[in-house]
Amino acid sequence: MDFNIYDFTSFTKWVDNALNSSMSPLLAIIIELIIIGLVFLLFYAIVGLLLVYAERKVCAVIQNRYGPNRVGPFGIFQTIADLIKLLMKELINIKHADNFLFNLAPFIVIIASFMAIAALPFAKGLQAIDFNIGIFYLFAVSSLGVIGILLAGWSSNSKYSLIGAIRSGAQVISYELSVGLSLLAIVVFAGTMQLSGIIESQADGWWIIKGHFPALVAFVIFLIASTAETNRGPFDLAEAESELTAGFHTEYSGIKFAFFFLAEYMNMFIVASIAATMFLGGWMPFHIAGWDGMNAIMDYVPPIVWFFGKTIFVILMMMWFKWTFPRLRIDQLLNLEWKYLLPLNLMNIVLVAFIVLMGWYIK
Amino acid sequence: MGLNQLMFFFLSGLILVFSILTVTSRKILRAAVYLLTVLLATSGLYFLLNYEFMAAIQITLYAGGIVVLIIFSILLTSHISHKFERPALANVIAASLTGLAGSFISIWSIMKFPFNASTEPTLDVNMKEIGMQLMSTGHQGYALPFEVISILLLAALISAVIIAKKGN
Repeated sequence: MDFNIYDFTSFTKWVDNALNSSMSPLLAIIIELIIIGLVFLLFYAIVGLLLVYAERKVCAVIQNRYGPNRVGPFGIFQTIADLIKLLMKELINIKHADNFLFNLAPFIVIIASFMAIAALPFAKGLQAIDFNIGIFYLFAVSSLGVIGILLAGWSSNSKYSLIGAIRSGAQVISYELSVGLSLLAIVVFAGTMQLSGIIESQADGWWIIKGHFPALVAFVIFLIASTAETNRGPFDLAEAESELTAGFHTEYSGIKFAFFFLAEYMNMFIVASIAATMFLGGWMPFHIAGWDGMNAIMDYVPPIVWFFGKTIFVILMMMWFKWTFPRLRIDQLLNLEWKYLLPLNLMNIVLVAFIVLMGWYIK
Repeated sequence: MGLNQLMFFFLSGLILVFSILTVTSRKILRAAVYLLTVLLATSGLYFLLNYEFMAAIQITLYAGGIVVLIIFSILLTSHISHKFERPALANVIAASLTGLAGSFISIWSIMKFPFNASTEPTLDVNMKEIGMQLMSTGHQGYALPFEVISILLLAALISAVIIAKKGN
């Protein structure tokens, strides 16, 4: 067995060879699919639990209070207790709702985030599938989740849910543009849409440094737009408690509610890891071209630590937004996108193309 | 039977069943969801062909764009208790005959076309090549159709705004 924390390629090859040598290729592929599915399922649950705990602690620190501190040391088992509570709650059936769509909606939301997770590069060689249009694929599947939200809102047959869903739809459709265009800036810099290629292009410096001003603008726009796309505060109009009870998931209970809850946190993780991969170098250590001594020291930190470190950094920033800024109104939200972010983004793309053409970025 | 064939039969089965469900469902939002399944399964077929670019386009444009817009407009206009009336028998017969005739013609023409089996290795879809061709004005360039379609879309956008503002 050949296990190397710096490069998982040989390890995954070893697993593949071991399976193929002991059984037929068809069976080997099926078993590999099952292994990857189980790993992602476990990963999903752990990240979900940790993020919910982190959110509550960060919120508590920002609001100058303790947060969960009763279950386990520092309250770390609080979310597990909450999960058990959610699992045991009654699933309420609504009489005048469209039950088929009502039950289908949480699954659509969850499946969309699962599809996105498949293409994320966690470390060198640790990526379920490396499409040659990787970032475009991520962008495509992350836009599917809103269908689940729309269905949930409509099929609940409740005015709060419907208003929440319509708000969410309007919000996601408009902010998707900004997410796509800000990612396009980095695609222009890197000259490829393959995620491994984009990370490889950051071997001598991350794009946020190499691309200086326009990359910074794209990063800020991406943070704003992706916070809005995941329906998180200050853009959480879809579930604004003060006006809509709980928005699109008002009528859900028990595990079905937990699905929405989990998917929201998972989408935040996915968005943060896309930001980390595109702007902050993904699993690539911090390198400066020419400073060989420092680069060698940076290489000692395993790539997986770099990836999760950057992702957690972006997640903490998004939590900081949520608990600092007041919620926007829906007209302010749409104004922000269509009147400010989108024109700014389009100009930024032109600027990026010009800079790449002239070779004015740091090489 | 390989995994590829299995997946092909699975996806095409999905497409067939859900296409029929889309046109026979009497609840409009369910029809939209069935349509979504059809479109996603179609993108699965593209993935099976290793044509990932087309598959992602299919997901973004059709599933993420058009179906979301359809669902959005249903949300704004239709009530949950609304159900379409059962169509008249004559309509059902006429529609199924037309459908059968259409599928017969397309299957017949596909069967008749002489597909040549090739031993060449499958080509990778080069994104750079696609971009170059779209913007090229030279031989086999698509710059003109690209621009014409852009102007058409712009005209559609402006006219949609004007129609929406007609009242005031």
